[in-house]
Amino acid sequence: MTRKQKRLALILGLLLVLGLATALILNALRNEIVFFFSPSELIERGDIAGQSIRVGGLVEDGTWVKNGQDNTFTITDGDKELKIAFVGILPDLFREGQGVIAEGKLGSDGTFVATNVLAKHDENYIPKEIEQTLKDQGHWEGQ
Amino acid sequence: MSIELGHFAMVLAFALAAGQAVLGMVFWRRDTVTPILQQASLLTFILVAIAFAALLQAFARSDFSVALVYEYSHSQQPLLFKLTSVWGNHEGSMLLWVLILVIFGAALAVFGRNLPTDLANLTLTVQSAMIAAFSGFILFTSNPFLRLMPAPLEGRDLNPVLQDIGLAIHPPLLYLGYVGLSVCFAFAIAALVSGRIDAAWARWVRPWTLASWMFLTLGIAMGSYWAYYELGWGGWWYWDPVENASFMPWLAATALLHSALVMEKRNALKVWSIFLAIVAFSLSLLGTFLVRSGILTSVHSFASDPTRGIVILAILAVIIGGAFVLFALRANALKAGGVFAPVSREGALVLNNLFLATGIVAVFVGTLYPLLLEALDGQRISVGAPFFNLTFGALMVPLVLLVPFGPYLPWKRADLAGVTQRLIWAIVATLVLWLIIAFVLQSGATLTTFGLLLGTWVIVGAIADILDRARVGRIAFGESLRRMAGLPRTAWSTAMAHFGLGVTILGIVIVSSFQTENITTLKPGESLQISGYGVTLAGSENYQGPNYVGDAVTFDIVAPNGSTAKAVSEKRVYTAQRMPSTEAAITNFGLSQLYLAIGDLDDAGAYVVRAWFKPYVTLVWLGALIMAAGGLLSLTDRRLRIGAPQPARTRQKVEAA
Repeated sequence: MTRKQKRLALILGLLLVLGLATALILNALRNEIVFFFSPSELIERGDIAGQSIRVGGLVEDGTWVKNGQDNTFTITDGDKELKIAFVGILPDLFREGQGVIAEGKLGSDGTFVATNVLAKHDENYIPKEIEQTLKDQGHWEGQ
Repeated sequence: MSIELGHFAMVLAFALAAGQAVLGMVFWRRDTVTPILQQASLLTFILVAIAFAALLQAFARSDFSVALVYEYSHSQQPLLFKLTSVWGNHEGSMLLWVLILVIFGAALAVFGRNLPTDLANLTLTVQSAMIAAFSGFILFTSNPFLRLMPAPLEGRDLNPVLQDIGLAIHPPLLYLGYVGLSVCFAFAIAALVSGRIDAAWARWVRPWTLASWMFLTLGIAMGSYWAYYELGWGGWWYWDPVENASFMPWLAATALLHSALVMEKRNALKVWSIFLAIVAFSLSLLGTFLVRSGILTSVHSFASDPTRGIVILAILAVIIGGAFVLFALRANALKAGGVFAPVSREGALVLNNLFLATGIVAVFVGTLYPLLLEALDGQRISVGAPFFNLTFGALMVPLVLLVPFGPYLPWKRADLAGVTQRLIWAIVATLVLWLIIAFVLQSGATLTTFGLLLGTWVIVGAIADILDRARVGRIAFGESLRRMAGLPRTAWSTAMAHFGLGVTILGIVIVSSFQTENITTLKPGESLQISGYGVTLAGSENYQGPNYVGDAVTFDIVAPNGSTAKAVSEKRVYTAQRMPSTEAAITNFGLSQLYLAIGDLDDAGAYVVRAWFKPYVTLVWLGALIMAAGGLLSLTDRRLRIGAPQPARTRQKVEAA
């Protein structure tokens, strides 16, 4: 191979891999990202049943019902509420009044079926998304 | 020794490093300043060590008149956790970071004695400038040496999740890796400023890259295992921003290790290696600080403090931005290396770098895209595991397939058909082994089976490389053994690192595909079944820990082969702040693990029990350990110690004479 051909082969290989990477990333960004909604946004949209999403809010006082591994509770953003069902062990710091994020799908009956519930390992923690929602709704009292 | 002494030492260290940086910047061409810079580096090290020791002592004595000790410690903690609490918070972990930075600065002063004057001066200058910047950051925004008046009687205690041996190991290892890359960064800046960039440069940078890479490998593996056993979700990798932030520098360091080889042997890829060294440390800085600035949210970031985010970002912008501006201005002036044949050892290493670099881009995009999107149109999203598996995973497949070919390819020009022929036995062995593994595991899914093939191929390829070099089967066996013993250590270390990679891949594929899960409620005496293992909740017992009250639940386990084991899972409440914490019960069965986590006790006297069977999960971390051991072996190679070019000063003297 001449010097020119070698350089060409190198550049073609480079473009090929970069092209592949770009295609993969764009495709994955279209299909694999998970949207985050507050209860208000979720109810506003309405047509989101069956799609994998994240919701977040504060666990409303007196709504956590536990029956063995089955849990139900309601989260709120200060405006609208959303009922969440979860099977399994909730995080140690899950409690009423605490900010949580639930991952899962909205069922046809309006209950959100969570596959995972996140509450950070820090008692002062409010997920950033929830903080923003509370500010938007005018219920924020922190800094 | 009082905390004020530590504070004072820190102020001195800051002033000394700042002065050193200015001196170095002005007089870097003069060999008379080299000893001054070197001694200043050693002195800075001593000063910061004093500051760190003062803080350690305050924590060990539970001196609650120090604000930080009050905030993050408790008098009833065991001594080890009192000491590790030092870096279980923002201020202390910054001090640990700077301590490691000055350790590397001192190491550079000691081991860099035979560097040419300009490189020796410039690397120490860059290092001291960073020490000044970060010790200034500590003193002015995150001072760990502040007193409280009046002193409280008891501390607020550390977050229970951090009261674990993991905190003693994971952050120091990770920081050694992150900060070690600062030396590579300093070398890159020195090369750009002085214009000195050649094969010798690559040889000087390589041990630092190797050491950092090794620490990063261990640190990430340790962090992964810690999250696995502590967080109680039974997962070992979440593609969480914090994890990605530590993974990207590792990828960059891996790429740099490989590109520095090409530079050393063939004097090519010079500009690219410099670029990688800058990228690797920039990603380390992002890893330490972006996560900490509170801009990215993560489920397991601790010690973050958003209020100091702006200062952190400003420092990052100056260091990273400055380095890239310098690179843009000076890269053209560097003499580019030659072009080479696509099919050759260097061609394979370029391909390795290409895939690793695009892999970094994929992880980077996935980690920062949510930030970008929210800034642009307020849309809040999260990018989770599916994105990374699809992009990063797909990019790694061709790379992993090519790994066994690399060491077989000769430098300069190679014959692909010939190499494949030499690999034919490895290919046959892989196929046989793969069929056996797939059969034993009864793997049906195509993706899983393919993953198993990848792992087996890398492992067999690494073994075949050593056998081939020792000419096993072609010459007398005794002669082969002698050849094997005489192989350069780098040959062994390459094979080991690649072998470890294969082991990790096998572990990931098997545990992801074949793990089983069972959630149920158990009262004492009741059992559950999982993957043939019988788990009986034997009973529970309340007890008093040093700074918590615990509820220990004992399980009796019967394995499919009839052997029995006991395991204890705990619910703890740390009394200082009523913080609950769960300790999972993990039992090893060979390379597999049975993972049991309990929930709260309900009114009926039953516990929710979540059980996982994790087949061959330990391979994930075992592979990383083997990789790191490979790195360590490579560090001991004599090539790194001897044959380094003669010190410039003696050479000049010889020329003058």
